[in-house]
Parts: sequence; C-alpha cells; structure tokens
Amino acid sequence: MQMGIPMQSSSSRSLAGSVLPIALVLLAFELAGSFSANAIPAFARKYSLPCSACHEAWPKLNTFGQTFKDNGYQLMNEHDSPIWQNPSYWPVTFRITPNFHRESTNRVAIDQAGGAEQRVTNQGFDLSGLDILTGGTLYKNISFLLTPSSDNSGTFHFESAWVRFDNLVKSPWLNVKAGKFELDNIISEKRMMSLSNNGGSFKLYHFVPVGDSNTFAQIGDNQLGVEGSGHSLDSRTRYSVAVLSSNDGNVNLPSNSYSTFVTASHAFDTGKLGVDRVGGYLFVGEAPTFSLTSGGTTVVGRGNKSFHREGVFGLFYLKKLDFTLYYQHGWDSAFFGTSAPADGTPLPAGARAPTWNGGFIETHFTVNPQLFFIQRSEWVRMSRQALATSASNLGDIDAYTAGFRWYPFMFSRAGFAFHNEYSLVRQKGASPKGLNLTGSSLLFGFDFAF
Amino acid sequence: MHTKSMNWPLFMSIAMLFALPVVSEGQTTEDQQRQQMGMESHVGKLTGSAKEGQLAYQRYCIGCHGALGDGAGENAQWMEPRPRNFTRGTFRCRSTATGTLPTDEDLYDTIGRGLLNSNMPQWRPLSKQERADLVAYVKHFSTRYASEKPGAPIEIPAEPEVTAERIKAGQASFQKLECWKCHGVEGRGNGPSADSLTDDQNMPIKPFNFHDETSFKCGSSDRDLYKIFMTGLDGSPMPSFADTVKPDQAWNLVFYLRTLQPGRSKAKTIARQLGLKPVNPEAANGLD
Repeated sequence: MQMGIPMQSSSSRSLAGSVLPIALVLLAFELAGSFSANAIPAFARKYSLPCSACHEAWPKLNTFGQTFKDNGYQLMNEHDSPIWQNPSYWPVTFRITPNFHRESTNRVAIDQAGGAEQRVTNQGFDLSGLDILTGGTLYKNISFLLTPSSDNSGTFHFESAWVRFDNLVKSPWLNVKAGKFELDNIISEKRMMSLSNNGGSFKLYHFVPVGDSNTFAQIGDNQLGVEGSGHSLDSRTRYSVAVLSSNDGNVNLPSNSYSTFVTASHAFDTGKLGVDRVGGYLFVGEAPTFSLTSGGTTVVGRGNKSFHREGVFGLFYLKKLDFTLYYQHGWDSAFFGTSAPADGTPLPAGARAPTWNGGFIETHFTVNPQLFFIQRSEWVRMSRQALATSASNLGDIDAYTAGFRWYPFMFSRAGFAFHNEYSLVRQKGASPKGLNLTGSSLLFGFDFAF
Repeated sequence: MHTKSMNWPLFMSIAMLFALPVVSEGQTTEDQQRQQMGMESHVGKLTGSAKEGQLAYQRYCIGCHGALGDGAGENAQWMEPRPRNFTRGTFRCRSTATGTLPTDEDLYDTIGRGLLNSNMPQWRPLSKQERADLVAYVKHFSTRYASEKPGAPIEIPAEPEVTAERIKAGQASFQKLECWKCHGVEGRGNGPSADSLTDDQNMPIKPFNFHDETSFKCGSSDRDLYKIFMTGLDGSPMPSFADTVKPDQAWNLVFYLRTLQPGRSKAKTIARQLGLKPVNPEAANGLD
C-alpha cells in the first residue's frame, strides 16, 4: 500500500467526513490486486526439494520451511553458499495468478445517481499482481530477498529488499536483517492461503478505525528498518525485535519517528497431533500526525503521537486439521483517532484514544500436500470510539473466507495450484453514507510460480 | 468486466465439480505395500508406523529417494552423491557391525542430523513422531527387514584422556591402515585412490576432507568418529576396521584426526606443541 503522511487540517475532523476517505483507502487496498506472497521454487531448485518439503501447501510454511527461513534460506548442510551452485543457476521466481473473479459491494456512491448508494457487481477474467522473487544466499550466512512486485496493471514497487547476516558469533540466536522486510509474523500475510480481493488480507493486520489517520501501524505491510532475531536449532523457540521507520514501508517519506515490533513464540511437539506453537507480539511506536510542506511538497512529518498493537497467537494441529488463532488489542492516540494534527490545536471536545479488539480463527484441512481446504472467520470490534458521539460499533468488521487449493503436481521445479475461494466482508457504518458496507469476492484462479 | 447477474449456485456447483481433484499419490509396489506396510519402528518410547509415515515420505523424501525408495526420485539425476536406495537395506550411519541392518535409533538419528556434504538436510524440525514414522516407512522398502533383525550396537569403551603419545600412535595408525591412500597424507581427501572411488551404486564418491569440517557424515562427537572406524560406512569404500583395530588404537586414531580438523581442540593444541607434521609414506618408501 502506498500512503503518505496525512495532512489533515483541524477543520476536517468530523467522522462523517472521514468515512469516505477510509472507505476509499480500504477499497484501494482491496483492489490493489497484488497479493505479494512468498513461495519460491528457486529454493526448491537449488536444494532439489519439492515445494511440500517447506510448505504445508504453498505458500504456507511448515516447521521445516520455518526453520529454513529462520536459518536465512539455508539448509545448513555446508552447500548453502552460491559457490556450490551451477553457475547457470539463477535464484529467481515469478508468481502470478490468472483468474476469474466476481466482486460485489452493496453500497457505492454513484456519481450518475447524484451520489446515491447502489450495489455494484463486477465479474470477469483478470490477473493478479506479479511477484518477482529473488532470494537466497550471497555467501554462507549472508542471505537476501529482493522482490520487485507489481500490481495487476504493471506498476512496480519493491515489496522486499533486505540483506541478512545469519548465525552471528556462530549462534542461531543472533541474526541481523536490514532493509524492507515483512514483519516477523508466524501467521504470515505474505504466505496466506486466500487470494481474493476481500479474503486476501488479514483485516486486523491493516485495521484503521473509522476517522483514524494512523496508517503507519499496519502489521501486514512490509516495513523499512533493521531486525534482530534468533531461534533454537529446530526453530521451536524464536524471537525477533525490529526497529522501523514509521512510514509504513514507503520509501522517500520524510519521517523522524520510529516504531518497534517485538515477537516471540515457542512450539511444542505434541506427539501424533503435530507441532503446536504459541506466541505473542507487540507493535509500539510513534508516527507523525501532520507534515510540513514546502512549495506544496511534504518535507517532514511532525506532531508525533503514539500507538500500539499487541496480542497473542497460536497454531494448533490435530494431524491433518489445524487451527490458527490470532488476537489483537489496538490503541491509537486520540490525535490519530480524530485525525487531528498535534500542532498545538486542541483536540475536539471529548476526544479519546480509540481502542479495539479483534481476532481470527483460520482452519486448514491438509488432505495431502496436493489438496488443501481453508476457512477463516475474522472479527474486529471497537471497544472505544475516539468520539463518544460515534456509534459504538462504527467500523466493526466481520470477515469470512472459505476455499480450497488443488496442486495437480508437486515437485521441485515449479508450483501450480487451482485456487477456489469465496469471501465476505462486512464493516459497520463504512459506506459513504455511514451505513453498513458489505463486499464479497469469488475467485477461481490458476496460481503458478516457477 | 460487466455487471450482468448469473445463476451463481449452478455455476459454483459446476465449477466445484470440475475442481474436485483426483489425488495423486506416490506408490510403492503393491507387493511391498501388502507385505510391509505394517512395519513399525521403535525409538525410545516412540512407536513409528509405516502407514503414518507414507504421507510424510511423500511430502519430504519422494523427490530424491523416489516413490519406490530406490533412490531414483526426480531430482536424483542432479545429485552428487546420489540419494540412498532404501530397497537395498544398506545404510552408512550405523551403530551396528558392518553388513548388518542399522537400529531404528540409527535411522532416526540420521533423519534428524542429515548427511553432511550431501543434499540430505537436517529434518530436526519435524516432530519426533513424524521422524519415527518415517523410519518405519523407510524400512518397509527393503525386504531385508522382513527376514533380518538389526545388528546389535557395537560397544564403545569410555574415551581415554588425549595425550601426546596417543596422538603420535594415531598418526602411525593412519599410515599403517593406509587411510592416506584415500584421505590423503594431510587428510585433505586427495589421496592417490581418491579419484577412482565409487559407491555401491557405482557412482563416484569423494573421501572426507578433514580440514573442511568439524563434524562428519554420521555425527560430530569423538564417539561418532570412533563408531565410523569400527562399523564402516556400508555402501561406501570406507571399510570397518573392527577386525584389525583394537579399541585403544581406534581412540588414538580419533585423537590424531581431530588434529587435522579446523577449530580448537585439546588434541590440536598438543599436536602443535609436538610440532607434528604429516608423514608421506610414499616418500618414506612405504611403511609395512
């Protein structure tokens, strides 16, 4: 997502006025169509392992794949340095999904109808965005990932660009990564198993309350910064601490504020059931509430105010059936909550820091590495609105997704999946006129990577 | 894009019908499945089942070792060394005497540890049960397991204290046992026979270079190295010396080989104090 520093005037604080921009932001995100994700046949080619060795069903990692990633894309078998590869080997993967999809939104303001809200339904053949994933090792214990990524119109940006120094002081407990990277989410949005416009993101990873201007605390977006991390040899225990520029991963954005993402988790071997994992995370920081401009160009963000997101998660296995649970509590400064610049102008009367709680349950049934079923139910509930005059449930989200993927073949050169998915998202009071906004997506696609 | 409505339930039903896959599965021969799919493994308190291990094998192993366990997976042609052919029932890393089947623990440890200088990674991240199930599934490929019991683990006496005398004796054994013919005078894997070595599948194989690694194909401890001398690496040119080397001599050899490896060790410190230099038996006109 490309978002700038919010430049709000104190006169534009009404929630009604904020509904439309937020809805547009959400819509823009949904329609971006680039579900940048990591499933990298280049690794499979390098190590002659099938996709299923690292992925329960690609792109979702299994315990072996998580350890491979934690080791800096290394198997630690003394053949990790590129000097062992045939010189013709190129660590490049392309991924795209030609698809048929249907999108329906119940309340869209139509210009030709004088701004009246109407249901709009689109359907047809389409393309996803394109990911070009180049990753691997530059040398033993120096790994990298570069992901030029485009939306479905071919506009490119750098989704990831980082270098990682692995196993510092010969210990897996100390690794340092710098650049633009995905936050260390075990439940990774970059490896999620749903792809549709509505279902292709975790709502909580991008949640912004209605009327709130804090777009900098999106756990689902890749961020710019430096990360220290570590793990046990089998990655049963792992941690990471990242210091990030509060610019939501956008380059060239003048900002003097920072945020921190901390996470830790531990996995338990539960015998015949599988390997379960529990963990927690904290995303805390400051971000600007307004910016100074020169000649109309933003030159620096100012009026830093704080935010935090924290929660717990768990992955639980019952053999072929597994459950992913995620909980988040969120808090934004009242300045963000009311889109007010912290430039000395007083907050609106009665303004409070908005808070919310949310979570999701995602269930998978992995029949075998070639057939995978998924459902996800996600809920976000506001626990305190920035302004008491707002409806208590304004901005609440219910989201549901179900589908399956079938991989006709499973080997070490390329990946191919027939993807089928339906998703439904409902947000309270988020339509242009403040009514409930409901969107649904249906997608049939050929998801392939090579 | 258009907004025309259509009969979605009907469309969905048809689409789902077409989408229902025929799940492809790798298969062993029917005979083997019938006879040996009941194979179990026993590792500590774990009991592994070949039936349970089949899915894990398809997920992790089939690309190299093949659906029939014959080492002819789709990637085998690109690998050096080639993947193990499980149908032969011959395994390198064992605690048992040469020519015998390994114990279930041996196979379990190999899966977790991986095999250095090969494409076999460390599968330690898998659950213990999954690894035990894989052991059972690997065993089910070989008819040897239907008629033979695994060998008994060899006895490994307590490790003695490393001394200068033992290191010098180990160096003498290195020459006398002609280890240098494959591993080289300096232990760099470049002995006069090195280029002509083949494994039991007639594929070229390189001797171990002690200067490259701190661990070995079958472990990293002194006991592991001792075990390699005394059990051999079946299927490779590395023989067992159990009949020709006494335990004390084997420990001496362990201490000498440790002086060749990178990193710090007590043996290496002593060797440095001794000013120990490699001896070229050919230059010395041979030693018995």
